[in-house]
Amino acid sequence: MNFRYAKTVLLGTIALGFLASLFASRINPYWLFIFYDIGISIVMAVSLNLINGYTGQFSLGHAGFMAVGAYTSAVITNQFGELNVFAANAIFAVALLAGGLAAALAGLLVGIPTLRLRGDYLAIVTLGFGEIIRVILQNLDRVGAARGLSVVHGWTNLFWTFGLGAVTVYVVASLVNSTYGRGFIAVHDDEVAAGAMGINPTKYKVTAFVVGAFFAGIAGGLYAHAKQFLTPGGFGFMQSITFVVMVILGGMGNTVGVILAAILLTLLPEGLRMLAGIDHLPGLAAERPLGWIGDTRMIIYSLLLIGLMLTRPQGLFAFRQQRK
Amino acid sequence: MNELLQQLINGLALGSILALIALGYTMVYGILRFINFAHGDIFMLGAFAGFYLAPRIATVLPLPSVAGALAVLVISMAVCATLGVLIERLAYRPLRKRPKLTVLITAIGVSLFLEYTGQFVFGAAPKKFPEILPGFAVMHLGHLSFNSNQIVVISVTLLLLLALRFIVLKTRIGMAMRAVSFNPEAAALMGVNPDVIISFTFALGSALAAAAGILWAINYPSIDPLMGILPGLKAFVAAVLGGIGNLPGAALGGIIIGVTETLVSGYLSSTYRDAIAFAILILILLVKPSGLLGKKEVEKV
Repeated sequence: MNFRYAKTVLLGTIALGFLASLFASRINPYWLFIFYDIGISIVMAVSLNLINGYTGQFSLGHAGFMAVGAYTSAVITNQFGELNVFAANAIFAVALLAGGLAAALAGLLVGIPTLRLRGDYLAIVTLGFGEIIRVILQNLDRVGAARGLSVVHGWTNLFWTFGLGAVTVYVVASLVNSTYGRGFIAVHDDEVAAGAMGINPTKYKVTAFVVGAFFAGIAGGLYAHAKQFLTPGGFGFMQSITFVVMVILGGMGNTVGVILAAILLTLLPEGLRMLAGIDHLPGLAAERPLGWIGDTRMIIYSLLLIGLMLTRPQGLFAFRQQRK
Repeated sequence: MNELLQQLINGLALGSILALIALGYTMVYGILRFINFAHGDIFMLGAFAGFYLAPRIATVLPLPSVAGALAVLVISMAVCATLGVLIERLAYRPLRKRPKLTVLITAIGVSLFLEYTGQFVFGAAPKKFPEILPGFAVMHLGHLSFNSNQIVVISVTLLLLLALRFIVLKTRIGMAMRAVSFNPEAAALMGVNPDVIISFTFALGSALAAAAGILWAINYPSIDPLMGILPGLKAFVAAVLGGIGNLPGAALGGIIIGVTETLVSGYLSSTYRDAIAFAILILILLVKPSGLLGKKEVEKV
């Protein structure tokens, strides 16, 4: 991303999000929720890109951090009754922040012991960590255990989703473009060489992990107050994989590509669902119903992954030359 | 005391199955240095191969019977061995020289593909695995009761482990496997074709996973296309626990994980069962990342 315009883009998106949220009542709720999903996916994918893309680690537990943020913020806002707009938004901001901090803490807890590991080991440990969070949530009676947790307030709106999406993109972009942030790319390129140059790879990896987890927690808070119902099963391995696919499709370490991929992959299931709703397309034989297409989302994801790795490992949207 | 022994037997049966799967992970890792994420799904396909084969075999051999069960086991192993070789050929071989992360992502893709194509083809609802073994009466030894299936699981695993040990240590191809795992380039210079050895390794690992699938289905006769995920991950943990790349280590790790998991769900809480393996993984990676029997590797520049 061209960094010079970053601040303009940031402020522009926040302002646009605010304006759009004023007209939200005129938008078809179905599309409104898709927009929320897109915003949340962007926050998740861009923050995961900091870990998996720029720093070259491989986390398969991003949905676990999202769960921590979602549950934390939901538990906080559930303490409150009906509030006026200002109080509600203030409380919501605090709850989102708390969710992000809780997730960051979780990221620190997993990060410090495990980030000495490399590549595939790290992938399995983060996966295992995500599963541990899910199992713990399933056993915590205070948050409804396996029955799930109702979130009282539906405070997520276009302002929050797109504003925070823009903030995530801005923070990640400024971080990797700063002098300090070159360390992430150094760790990505060659850990041993980076270490020899006086960069502490573990420190950088933990930082990437904590920052990534923080934003995943915020995305979790947005998700909680958009869906208004949380189940531990909703933050499983498959959810993490969806975000990983976004990062890979967009091109690891390519923020614009990852944003495009997040939008595309959020719309794809909706498109498939619509196709599934139609019995048959005109021109196709009537005896071939299309209901099965909706079930094939994960098959399409898997083929995308394999096909991309075989033919275009730099990602679908990597137009310029990749950093060598 | 009796209950403890009883739990140990249950754990041993579960552990044997995990050990069989873990061997596939550890063999592939030993040679290619990558985690074959799709291995747990080969285990699932083994169970489904048995499910679809059983009615056909029943037309030739009586089922349930020992001969029939053996036929189901052997043919499922052959089917999965072929599949394993095919997957390596189509998905992993073109990536042999690429970064490890690329191969890992491909393996995750293959795993998802098998799971969700499985859901599409076999249906998402769990299926009841047919009875292929005559269930003889539960045996009593003092206060202990042995389920006949548990004895079958443990003894078949033992036989397969001995067979694997024989192949790896006493045959020419086994020697070639060890050579490729030690140093692929040097082995190639000595006239070993690494491609053949890698295919053979995948065939061997997949056959063991298929056997594990059938044994699992005999013991817990409800099978579904996502059944491979958790046992696969736990078996991977078992391989790491024993020291990845180390065959006796994988078997040992499998037994330890199986027994611990059974004991925890028996004495503490069954709802935390699925988290045990991962807790063990994090612990072992903190304390001794090379595993119980593994050798420490230093990364050279």
